[in-house]
Amino acid sequence: MTSTSAPVWHYRTPKQTLLRWLGWFSLVALTVFSWQLMNENTIWAFVSDAPEQAADIGDRMFPPAWGYTGQLWQPLWDTINIATLGTLLGVLFAVPVAFLAASNTTPSTRFVRPLALLVIVASRSINSLIWALLLVAIIGPGLLAGIIAIGLRSIGFVAKLLYEAIEEIDTSQVEAVRATGASGAQVIDYAIVPQILPAFWGISVFRWDINIRESTILGLVGAGGLGIQLNASLATLAWNQVAMIFVVILFTVVVSEWVSAKVRQAVI
Amino acid sequence: MAVQSYPGRWKRPPVLLTNPFWRRAIYTGALVYLVLALQSVEIDWQRVWLGLDRGWKFIEGFLVPDFTTRWRDIREGLVESLTMTLTSTVAGILVSVPIGIGAARNLAPAPIYLVCRSIITLSRSFQEVIIAILLVAMFGFGPFAGFLTLSFATIGFLSKLLAEDIEECDRSQIEAIRATGAGWWQVVNYAVQPQVMPRLVGLSLYRLDINFRESAVIGIVGAGGIGATLNTAIDRYEYDSAGAILIIIIAIVLVVEYSSSWIRRWVQ
Amino acid sequence: MLELDRLSKTYATGDTALSQVSFEVPAGQVVGLIGPSGAGKSTLIRCINRLVEPSGGKVILSGTNLVTLRGNALRRARRRIGMIFQEYALVERLTVMENVLSGRLGYVPAWRSFLRRYSPEDVAKAFSLLEQVGLSDHFNKRADALSGGQRQRVGIARALEQDPELLLVDEPTASLDPKTSRQIMRLIGSACRKRNLPAIINIHDVLLAQQFTDRIIGLKAGEVVFDGKPEALTDQVLTRIYGDEDWTRMRGEENAGEESQPPTVDLAEGL
Ligand SMILES: Nc1ncnc2c1ncn2[C@@H]1O[C@H](COP(=O)(O)OP(=O)(O)OP(=O)(O)O)[C@@H](O)[C@H]1O
Ligand SMILES: [Mg+2]
Repeated sequence: MTSTSAPVWHYRTPKQTLLRWLGWFSLVALTVFSWQLMNENTIWAFVSDAPEQAADIGDRMFPPAWGYTGQLWQPLWDTINIATLGTLLGVLFAVPVAFLAASNTTPSTRFVRPLALLVIVASRSINSLIWALLLVAIIGPGLLAGIIAIGLRSIGFVAKLLYEAIEEIDTSQVEAVRATGASGAQVIDYAIVPQILPAFWGISVFRWDINIRESTILGLVGAGGLGIQLNASLATLAWNQVAMIFVVILFTVVVSEWVSAKVRQAVI
Repeated sequence: MAVQSYPGRWKRPPVLLTNPFWRRAIYTGALVYLVLALQSVEIDWQRVWLGLDRGWKFIEGFLVPDFTTRWRDIREGLVESLTMTLTSTVAGILVSVPIGIGAARNLAPAPIYLVCRSIITLSRSFQEVIIAILLVAMFGFGPFAGFLTLSFATIGFLSKLLAEDIEECDRSQIEAIRATGAGWWQVVNYAVQPQVMPRLVGLSLYRLDINFRESAVIGIVGAGGIGATLNTAIDRYEYDSAGAILIIIIAIVLVVEYSSSWIRRWVQ
Repeated sequence: MLELDRLSKTYATGDTALSQVSFEVPAGQVVGLIGPSGAGKSTLIRCINRLVEPSGGKVILSGTNLVTLRGNALRRARRRIGMIFQEYALVERLTVMENVLSGRLGYVPAWRSFLRRYSPEDVAKAFSLLEQVGLSDHFNKRADALSGGQRQRVGIARALEQDPELLLVDEPTASLDPKTSRQIMRLIGSACRKRNLPAIINIHDVLLAQQFTDRIIGLKAGEVVFDGKPEALTDQVLTRIYGDEDWTRMRGEENAGEESQPPTVDLAEGL
């Protein structure tokens, strides 16, 4: 006999069943409605044309312009610098924000904590490309705009994960250090920092890895790096150069993923 | 007890890099890199100085946002973004579930496993914006290209995490169901699904959040959504409209975050 | 010398954990605090060094009332009180040496502790304490690489590194085997005698308490229901503290060979 562990839905009351169906139904209805709303202006002729377009682009991409690589080293170096310096900048600001946002280290849950959480949400909601767009308009195109954009986006990400780690620490260790008569700074140094250090390194390297990917496109809006080259090649429809840039990006991303995996292994 | 003298000095032994040569080499390397990277950033202080004024204008725009002047554009972009987010998340989930199962080593045969893993790698290697550029070139401007972009990105994200989840499933439960003589589908349905369902729901909601934020970006390269509106506003130096859009984005992200934590509690 | 004067604590949840507890502990006396779970033993200890804020009463240590202290003054009071925890509460990712040196945190400025630059006396003292608790070889190990008994020894060394005037001990043996429990109790007892330290030890094991302390205080529902010599802990008293139970059977399992007066010399016995 196949008497398996009884699935949950055998125990559902009729009311729960009804609610479930209602939930599923409204999800489907909403999706269909959204689909129609979204495609009101879609020109289906272009869409049906896509396979030919794709074949055409594919055709022009091959072979990639290998000779173009020479012009990509400098932008690649810039891209890596944007990601690394931007991550450093973001982490620098994220650490204090995380301590202000964690409910067990914040100086005031009433005022400071909501403010820190707002900073985190604002930074997280806005993509680095949008930050770059704004910064290029404000301080002009170049690496600096890219670095600050990456930094601003990283603050929220790092601070969020870090403050969650801070809230999960073992409180008995904190109490023990406090009981020796340690001051606030010393409690952070001796009881909290050792506990969150692995998480800190893991999060930072993880974000750096993401930032490498993000910084490849910041150039599209003028914030330096490979994206500038990409933009230029796209503008002249030089698809074989675009393909070459993709190869370089792919290579960089694979390497950065490997580096970040190694560092995380070493730290934890 | 005999009077005995104890050493008065103690130095914390290095934790990570125990080999002094490598420690020094890595520290020096990091320092040299930092100097080189900082040197590669050329800052046009004059331009930055001029920009401060605009930066201030932007902050003003953010504090006193203007929702009305461009309301039609904003509404249109918002509708596109939201519909794109929902449809692409649903489509992405529908495709990711089979791919995720196929990419789980404990369920899928080797050839299927390899195919699914390469789809995942392909989807994860490129930034959404780059995919959007390609898809816009193929399918024409508008939210349909955006929908495809976000669906594709969702597949990489969800399938990978789902596959990892399935691989971490409790082996004994799968074996128990298999021991009852259940077929492959029954094993998936009775042993795997109950274990991964709550996390799948959580991840899907998280991806919904990400897709909304990304939908605000891919508009910059022509894939529809609020990003296009934002881009125009910034290009025209209409910082009060841009501020309004950013505030709307932040608010929606907040709403999604709160409601998803609510739904997650409800599902579990 | 420690004096508690009508010490009370009511938690925000409404639980009254202590009501009007008063007693004195003269220098050099080791007090065992016993009582059923939830009697308020941990609360009492934590009220003394203010890890828990008392809601009323006084705690007077060598003439100063600790209850009114704030900020730096509280910090200076805490460094005079060593505390030993049930689950050791070592900072797991720091080395044994750093854990012991953390006993000096109340004495050194933050920048010194940040750079781990302690004075030679502090370091020498830490080495000497580690030898006394039998851990001389382990000072550069990380705390999470030690066994339970070893961790508790580090906890003791950390408390003694503070040069305390009072030792608070919260269930030091709760997660240890019977033999290690005895070693730890003996270690604490002899350390107190050597330094003429008063100590309050929370403990569930009545036999251990009788064997290693000079005086026993029984707590029940936040009130002192017994205060006297260990020998005076009769079956009736135990019933008063804990409720009905077959106490004779418990004593029957007592190991008759153990001495009631712990030896004072052999600190790192049995390693
Ligand atoms: N942080 C707290 N918040 C609210 N109530 C608490 C808190 N800590 C303890 N209590 C309550 O205070 C009372 C005394 O608790 P306490 O921890 O002091 O008991 P205990 O004698 O140490 O018990 P045990 O032997 O189990 O450690 C209990 O009723 C407990 O529920
Ligand atoms: Mg207790």
